[in-house]
Amino acid sequence: MANKHIDELSGIETTGHEWDGLKELNNPLPRWWLWTFYACVIWAVGYWVVYPAWPLVTDYTRGMFGDSDRLRVQREVSELEALRATNGAGLASASLEDIRSNPDYLQFALANGKAAFGDNCAPCHGSGAAGAKGYPNLNDDDWLWGGTLEDIHTTLENGIRWDANDDTRISDMPAFGRDGILESGQIRNVAAYVLSLSGTTTEGADIAEGQTLFADNCAACHGEDATGTKDLGAPNLRDAIWLYGGDLPTVVETITNSRHGVMPAWGGRLDEVTIKSLAVYVHSLGGGQ
Amino acid sequence: MATAIQRRPLSIGEGGLIAAMTVAALVCLIVVAKAEDQAMAFHAALATLASGAAAFLLIKRYTERGEAIPQEINGKPNYQLGPVKLATFFAVFWGLAGFLVGLVIALQLAFPVLNFDLPWTTFGRLRPLHTSAVIFAFGGNVLLATSFYVVQRTSRTRIAGELGSWFVVWGYNFFILIAGTGYLLGVTQSKEYAEPEWYADLWLTIVWVVYLLVFLATLWKRKEPHIYVANWFYLAFIVTIAMLHLVNNATIPVSVFGTKSYIVWSGMQDAMTQWWYGHNAVGFFLTAGFLAIMYYFVPKRADRPVYSYRLSIVHFWSLIFLYIWAGPHHLHYTATPQWAQTLGMTFSIMLWMPSWGGMINGLMTLSGAWDKLRTDPVLRMLVVSVAFYGMSTFEGPLMSIRAVNSLSHYTDWTIGHVHSGALGWVGFVSFGALYCLVPWLWNRKGLYSLKLVNWHFWTATIGIVLYISAMWVSGILQGLMWRSYTALGFLEYSFIETVEAMHPFYLIRALGGALFLIGAVIMAYNLWMTARHGEEAEAEPVGAGARLQPAE
Repeated sequence: MANKHIDELSGIETTGHEWDGLKELNNPLPRWWLWTFYACVIWAVGYWVVYPAWPLVTDYTRGMFGDSDRLRVQREVSELEALRATNGAGLASASLEDIRSNPDYLQFALANGKAAFGDNCAPCHGSGAAGAKGYPNLNDDDWLWGGTLEDIHTTLENGIRWDANDDTRISDMPAFGRDGILESGQIRNVAAYVLSLSGTTTEGADIAEGQTLFADNCAACHGEDATGTKDLGAPNLRDAIWLYGGDLPTVVETITNSRHGVMPAWGGRLDEVTIKSLAVYVHSLGGGQ
Repeated sequence: MATAIQRRPLSIGEGGLIAAMTVAALVCLIVVAKAEDQAMAFHAALATLASGAAAFLLIKRYTERGEAIPQEINGKPNYQLGPVKLATFFAVFWGLAGFLVGLVIALQLAFPVLNFDLPWTTFGRLRPLHTSAVIFAFGGNVLLATSFYVVQRTSRTRIAGELGSWFVVWGYNFFILIAGTGYLLGVTQSKEYAEPEWYADLWLTIVWVVYLLVFLATLWKRKEPHIYVANWFYLAFIVTIAMLHLVNNATIPVSVFGTKSYIVWSGMQDAMTQWWYGHNAVGFFLTAGFLAIMYYFVPKRADRPVYSYRLSIVHFWSLIFLYIWAGPHHLHYTATPQWAQTLGMTFSIMLWMPSWGGMINGLMTLSGAWDKLRTDPVLRMLVVSVAFYGMSTFEGPLMSIRAVNSLSHYTDWTIGHVHSGALGWVGFVSFGALYCLVPWLWNRKGLYSLKLVNWHFWTATIGIVLYISAMWVSGILQGLMWRSYTALGFLEYSFIETVEAMHPFYLIRALGGALFLIGAVIMAYNLWMTARHGEEAEAEPVGAGARLQPAE
């Protein structure tokens, strides 16, 4: 059956098989291919001798040097922990003010704080801490709950409206519209008044009514002059800095439904040195008081 | 219809299939009524309609058909081309859909707002839609079309059974429909490349067994003394995928009327099984299957003999034997035992030359015909696909080395590697095969426009280069950023900073994907015009066995 012939172009004999016009040349295996294949096999066998490789009944071949990924990871992690513990040794007992004034402490706290911020805070506050809608900008000097080292530390430790923490910061602005405290027209006037405090005028709004309603409903927390009360987490409404936005529909929405943003309590989730470092780091971003 | 049709009695196949489809329609109707979730009700309704329609069409076919279809006409095999045409159509259709979804999710990674905040269009649902559409829907239909074509031509016999091949193509595409709509509705068993739930898996099992039987039976009745190398690869692909599919999808449904099931494997065993499956889906679906395509279409198009018969044997068996072990390299530096990682890595290194055997045989087949690359963009596409194959099968073993993997794992480098294989190798070899097949199937003198093939070639090539080079840079950058520490022992970059650093590369990647999609649109137009308006070939279509002679 075999119908071998010499291929004219290559001068190589065919195998004599043919399928649908397709033939095969009888070329040998390319030498370099074969030798590279052997080399790979030999290398693999060598690797099996040196490293853990083959499963046995209750154990596995351990290799010549007893190499172990798990031991290596444990070693590297403990080395890193030791390095951090050495460098950060003084921070556990130092006060926040000490950390800020001691250059060695400060250097460690800023490095630790930056890393911890990136992994834990940046998803909401942004990697540059510039915030986003509903997540405060931490670079400016406008603080909802206070911008001293202690204030920031307390916020980090206990969170905001974080139910699992008994000392969490709580402020509870009513939902004036949803709860039927104010009519929608009244809300619009209050919003227009609030916006007017930072120089935004609203057409067709009764600012005088807004001012009266503000005094009756809002001033208790936000203050007579609307500059806010940090102990209550009530924002300053005069500084043109807005957490959710400073246009009329957004402010109307805030008054109607309230907002109640949440930040987790980091106490218990991060170690104390890291929380202190975070407080110092956030404080250093530009707005610390 | 006035003259009496010489009607053969209902065959066992016809009768059996009509009965099975009728029963299936009734069973699915019951499932619709008792379904415990909406997705199951929807899928069972689709199955009721599909099996009902199938039963109706089978009865209609029986009542209208005359004599049995001859196995040979004038001494030449009467090849069954209908299912091949159908699978070719589906391949192009799903290819366009899959590439488009790929572009959408590439853009979503650059601009997350493109999720539209809708559950159906989130990345998590569209990503398996993309991977399944390109691998299983596009790639799978190319494999179905070419395997049914090649096995007939190289066995010089009509395909075994009249309905089996039709059942496989329709059944497989129904599986795609169920899988794809399931992803959008949130139905998934959360195993990568094996996301479809238990009932879709069961259906695919039935279809796949029929596929295996049709293929084997066709080989069995072949008129050639030997089995052509392409058919070895097709058979390895069909058999191994069956095995992988069954083991990896071993699952227990919560209820036969619900979509949810739980995989029987757990923990490390599940991870190992999953990547034994996942790696060999690449090995046997995307490598062995498409090598089969290469072994038929490259020598055919180049009109040259295969370079080395011996190399094809040695690299076939070494590839088959070594590939199946390499899965654990997907699990380096995880809870996977180190010895398993070692084996996965060393077998991947040993796999390098067996993989390259296919590249050598493909490229060297062109010796004496390299000049054809200047004039034939289809051949150029096929050759470039083999070059990409060689590149990604070098890159794969490289990335399996644990030291390299500690940098590359979880980064975009992996995505780049996959796409140099998927776009460059699987995509281009498929496009080349489709450009050959369509004129042959529709009996055309040639393609509607070779110039458009040229446009497709260059658009897609530039797209691939943009895609993979962006992912290389991005992946290595990402890996280096993740592992860099400050002197004080803290991570230099937060994760979110590494995400930000990826943005420009995601844009370049999306641009590359867009170019690849545009190329595919050009191809679809060209193939459509060829099939619909191409110039009729006179006798046997060119290149499809005009020189066919018995081997004796």
